[in-house]
Amino acid sequence: MSPADLPAEPSPPADAAASAVLLRVRGLQKSFGSNRVLESVDLTVGPGRVLALIGPSGSGKTTILRCLNGLELPDGGTIDVAAAVGADRAGTGQAHGRGANAVVPVTIDFALKTSAKQLGALRDRSAMVFQHYNLFPHKTVLQNVIEGPVVVQRRPVSEVTIEALALLERVGLTDKRDSYPFELSGGQQQRVGIVRALALRPQLLLFDEPTSALDPELVGDVLRLIKELADEGWSMVIVTHELEFAREVAHEIAFVDGGTIVEHGDPKLLLRHPQQERTRQFLHRLLHPF
Amino acid sequence: MIQPDWELFFSSLWPLLDGAVRGTVPLALTSFAIGLGLALVLALMRLSAKRALSGIARGYISIVRGTPLLVQLFVIFYGLPSIGVTIEPWPSAVVAFSINVGGYAAEVIRAAILSVPKGQWEAAYMIGMSHSRALTRIILPQAARVSVPPLSNTFISLVKDTSLASLILVTELFREAQQVAAFSQEFMLLYLEAALIYWVICLVLSTGQGFLEKRLDRYVAR
Repeated sequence: MSPADLPAEPSPPADAAASAVLLRVRGLQKSFGSNRVLESVDLTVGPGRVLALIGPSGSGKTTILRCLNGLELPDGGTIDVAAAVGADRAGTGQAHGRGANAVVPVTIDFALKTSAKQLGALRDRSAMVFQHYNLFPHKTVLQNVIEGPVVVQRRPVSEVTIEALALLERVGLTDKRDSYPFELSGGQQQRVGIVRALALRPQLLLFDEPTSALDPELVGDVLRLIKELADEGWSMVIVTHELEFAREVAHEIAFVDGGTIVEHGDPKLLLRHPQQERTRQFLHRLLHPF
Repeated sequence: MIQPDWELFFSSLWPLLDGAVRGTVPLALTSFAIGLGLALVLALMRLSAKRALSGIARGYISIVRGTPLLVQLFVIFYGLPSIGVTIEPWPSAVVAFSINVGGYAAEVIRAAILSVPKGQWEAAYMIGMSHSRALTRIILPQAARVSVPPLSNTFISLVKDTSLASLILVTELFREAQQVAAFSQEFMLLYLEAALIYWVICLVLSTGQGFLEKRLDRYVAR
């Protein structure tokens, strides 16, 4: 399955895709009580692009991600998601996305009162992969994957099941389809978490420290899968501590500290020649832990 | 040592079992079913962000748990007629026991819902579910597992508490035992016999609890 397929719409030329915008965030603010977690965050993600958010814990990077999925309600700022943009890579011409919402742009100004409907529309555009997987323990692997498409998106069970099994096969978990999450290793659970997200046919994949809860020897499988998805042209925002991975997979890295994006840019440049003192200190601490 | 009157034991078994089958068991089942529904509503009210709703639930639970069941029973059966509301013995008992179970089970269900990790709500929202759908499809099935042992306790207590209904003239196991005892003057034998039947009923319930727990535990690491 490829991301962002659209009927009718002609595929934009490759160089135009780079300048097109799928997600635009402006002036995002969020406080928990008197604690200002997000000062003012601006970011954009183009179709097929990967943005990695790095930064110290408590910097607000996870909160940014959660705002994009409507799990947190920002106090101010705007989020725009373009109508299903991007090349129809598979050439199937199939309508893509989570219901009718996916074909119209979403614009939310959080300074105004946000309705549950708006939040739902925003949530429909993206799918999140959680640090602690958050699979449903009372459902089998297959049930976990098809729950959203069948129950929420009301797509036919047979069609969704075929798609889910294809996705499970791709991550090498076909034989686990009827297992419960507790019977899987962390790495397997996270791969199911990714498949669950893909099955929703989102425009944007959100990864919240997808490997932080994994044993070191299981990290590789999950990172490799995310890399593959990036190479296939999925649009992603990834919160990660894996600098090496971020450099490899991301088109852009943003360093988040104190609730703002301190600097952002090309991964290789930013990691090698950070412009800001705070970025330098952070990278130094990460590269020389003791 | 006094030889027990086995003949009386067996001949009284019939009225006692009849009282259990037609009184105790349906009284307990009906009250538990209604009480459980009430408890779910109360638990959700208690968890609601709306102050008024959680306040009402909190007050209800406080009153129910803070007053004796016997007093509740008497208020409904003997008290209400004085303000013009007369309810028959059986419905009075069902009302009192349901209200009582509602109060206790509400706290069990509330705790069980809270025991489900927050990440489960978030994953449910992430796949596009509304609050109510997340509750029914994701949260409550997991909460059910947690609440089976404490709710079984509530149910078993209820079965025994139905003996109080004998005091508002409901024909059930204990009232039958009292009547046979008064007639035959064999108090020890009849009350022990009643106790034995209550115990057997509760044994059956405990076994049922075991099966239910096993079934709900199939997705949990042991």
